[in-house]
Amino acid sequence: MRRVQLIVLQVLVAVVSIALWHALTTYPIFGRTLLPPFFFSNPLDVAQQVVAWFASGVIWKHLWVTLIEALLAFVIGSVGGVLVGFWFARQPRVAAVFDPYVKMVNALPRVVLAPIFTLWLGLGIWSKVALGVTLVFFIVFFNVYQGVKEVSPTVLANARMLGMSERQLMRHVYWPSALSWMFSSLHTSVGFAVVGAVVGEYLGSAAGLGYLIQQAEGVFDVAGVFAGMFVLAAFVIVIDTLVTMVEKRLLVWRPAVGEGRP
Amino acid sequence: MAEGATATARNNGQAMAVALTGVGVAFRLAGGGVYTAVERATLNVADGEFVAIVGPTGCGKSTLLNIAAGLMPPSAGGVDIFGTSLAALNRQAGYLFQADALFPWKTALENVAIGLETAGTPQAEARARAQSWLTRVGLGSFGDRYPHMLSGGQRKRVGLAQVLIRDPKILLMDEPFGPLDAQTRQIMGNLLLDLWNADRKAVLFVTHDLEEAIALSDRVVIMSAGPAARVIGDWRVPLARPRDISEVRLDPAFHELHREIWHMLKAEVIKGYAQTEGV
Ligand SMILES: Nc1ncnc2c1ncn2[C@@H]1O[C@H](COP(=O)(O)OP(=O)(O)O)[C@@H](O)[C@H]1O
Ligand SMILES: [Mg+2]
Repeated sequence: MRRVQLIVLQVLVAVVSIALWHALTTYPIFGRTLLPPFFFSNPLDVAQQVVAWFASGVIWKHLWVTLIEALLAFVIGSVGGVLVGFWFARQPRVAAVFDPYVKMVNALPRVVLAPIFTLWLGLGIWSKVALGVTLVFFIVFFNVYQGVKEVSPTVLANARMLGMSERQLMRHVYWPSALSWMFSSLHTSVGFAVVGAVVGEYLGSAAGLGYLIQQAEGVFDVAGVFAGMFVLAAFVIVIDTLVTMVEKRLLVWRPAVGEGRP
Repeated sequence: MAEGATATARNNGQAMAVALTGVGVAFRLAGGGVYTAVERATLNVADGEFVAIVGPTGCGKSTLLNIAAGLMPPSAGGVDIFGTSLAALNRQAGYLFQADALFPWKTALENVAIGLETAGTPQAEARARAQSWLTRVGLGSFGDRYPHMLSGGQRKRVGLAQVLIRDPKILLMDEPFGPLDAQTRQIMGNLLLDLWNADRKAVLFVTHDLEEAIALSDRVVIMSAGPAARVIGDWRVPLARPRDISEVRLDPAFHELHREIWHMLKAEVIKGYAQTEGV
């Protein structure tokens, strides 16, 4: 009952917003259209555009390109973040030496790197992957670093008393702890992988959702821009749902947020 | 009184399981000072003996156990385990920690089995033996639960199985039943005595509960309030074994001993409070 109620209310929000959008772009009030269709398009045009993309099948190619770029950025950034995070956490001296540079690079707005990546790697997918990697890497790196550092000293002492060697400590203590921190930031890092791909495409490419939006914008096709945004939003929601499922599988050992201890 | 404190590291020619001799522990403080937690503490545990340490909070009970476990070196004095000076981790000891120490990402069964797997036992065999240990501590059907799905008492049982499955010659226990309610403590106490009766390991059992100490142990050792805490009292418990925790409390000898020890402990507890409140 409560769940049904929630879904009804959620749908209601969408219906009211779209109805308002439609009304304000279509019907003049006191002789003036509050939202000029030239700037705000209207729901019907946008829907038509989305349907046309799927009907003709052109959208699949762009979705595929964006998906591949985001996936590569996520995998490469995560692997790099895990390795460097582990290395720094186990070698405090290395961490201390590199600390100011890590902070410096992380403070840099990554968008300014996009033109450089395009210059180095061309207009293909790799310049977008590189942009995504710079975003994903730092999130994973910081979380893994924290995860290794913040292993409970009692759990660590227990592991040693139970006879674990350095290698076994890695496998049974540091690694699971680091992974749990990494997975807790899975939504953020996957989100940033997509952001890297789309922003990269937007700034210069020949395919992808970012490219689609940028193309529409170039010819003042506002319906196209909105349609691109809707497809992108749906794409992100699907990915996020998948991430939630993976997370539930991998973190079964963790209490759900707000769940008290029995 | 204070008979054990003067005993030597040898007992009828047999080496003591644990012999702390004139142990001192000083912590370097962040501010630059030094805090002497324990000074010239001497304590022996014979093989097969169950010794309880009682003392006010913060006197250095956990610190002494850490030293016996080889997790930290003493700043003064010596530690001998079965007659051999301890230089690194104490491989003969099992340690049940005060705080939660189970691996949260492992199930109860995996938590118990891990101590065998690290020693090279094949996984299938380790799991089978872990299952039988879980059954012994009364959690036979809880093997696939993760620690957060267990109650405090159940987690302590898993911890006990995790330590005992390795069959250590020495058992170090740091207020293992501290956070549990009174009934659960009694049940756990009886479980511990049953398990211990089976093969009589040397046990060093820290508690702040004097009744629990007397009910469980062969000897009760009292520590003074810190700083520079020392072992100031050592009593033999004249109660027959096997014991039942709740029945033994009705024994007149129990009350006699309790009154005697409490007389000394009370003064230290008050001192301990004064010190911690004063800081
Ligand atoms: N790492 C440390 N640095 C400084 N002081 C410490 C440290 N560990 C313990 N102490 C101090 O040593 C004393 C003994 O601690 P502990 O052995 O944990 O007491 P308890 O008897 O309650 O187990 C306490 O006063 C505590 O504040
Ligand atoms: Mg303690």
